[in-house]
Amino acid sequence: MSALGFKNSLGIHQNTLQLRAARAEVIANNLANSDTPNFKARDFDFNQILEGQSKRSLSMQVTDESHQRGTVDTDMDLMFRNPYQPSIDGNTVDTQMEQASYTDNALRYNSSFQFLNSKFNGLKGAIKGQ
Amino acid sequence: MSLTNVFNIAGTGMNAQSIRLNTTASNIANAQTVSSSIEDTYKARKPWFQVLEKQWKDVDKLNRKLDVRSQMGDGVKVSGIVESNAPLQKRFEPQHPMADEEGYVMYPNVNVVEEMTDMMSSSRSYQMNVEVMKTAKQMLQRTLTLGQ
Repeated sequence: MSALGFKNSLGIHQNTLQLRAARAEVIANNLANSDTPNFKARDFDFNQILEGQSKRSLSMQVTDESHQRGTVDTDMDLMFRNPYQPSIDGNTVDTQMEQASYTDNALRYNSSFQFLNSKFNGLKGAIKGQ
Repeated sequence: MSLTNVFNIAGTGMNAQSIRLNTTASNIANAQTVSSSIEDTYKARKPWFQVLEKQWKDVDKLNRKLDVRSQMGDGVKVSGIVESNAPLQKRFEPQHPMADEEGYVMYPNVNVVEEMTDMMSSSRSYQMNVEVMKTAKQMLQRTLTLGQ
């Protein structure tokens, strides 16, 4: 396997950009609903995505030969945030935290973009033989 | 593309906050609008915010639950303007031209202090949505320069 194929050289960053864009949407929605009563803030669970890349399967425990075997696929789900402090209208959006996550997300998007851009420039150089 | 959706979401947020600011302006402007009967008196108006759900929903047939894209909201919507049912202020002003037979005048149930805090809160939330939009714009603009 050469390192010059598109799939090998771009690595995880092409998927990261999509994920960051989707996360920007989720956090923008949290911020837009910062004054909506009973709104619960949501976010992605990154570990879950990295582990199974959106698919994880749970298998049923077998303690006897006659037990049925089976697996359940758990698709990726949006999680609910744990609020730092309770609010009187049941809203769990912590504006400062959400804004920090949004900025962090945008920066990470930009850094993934930078990596991707450098990869493309590298490939370009390789094609031209410079 | 999800990033363009951020514009819509921040747009609904800005719209909702400007409606809230409008009701605040109306409430403060009418804080001294008196009347001689309970029915005719101005009552404080408040917008009612709700989550704007996605128009279409994909159901994951295998697991019988919503697809992750359909779990995301699509912004905020103003479902209506409701009138506050706080008690009106009844003041004894027999000289007032609007006074009833017993000399009472009804003042609206507008709490000016509450309205001012509401105004500050909505202007901050509006600013926040503008910032969200600005950042999304920068992200999109950078994406357009990919490979250059």
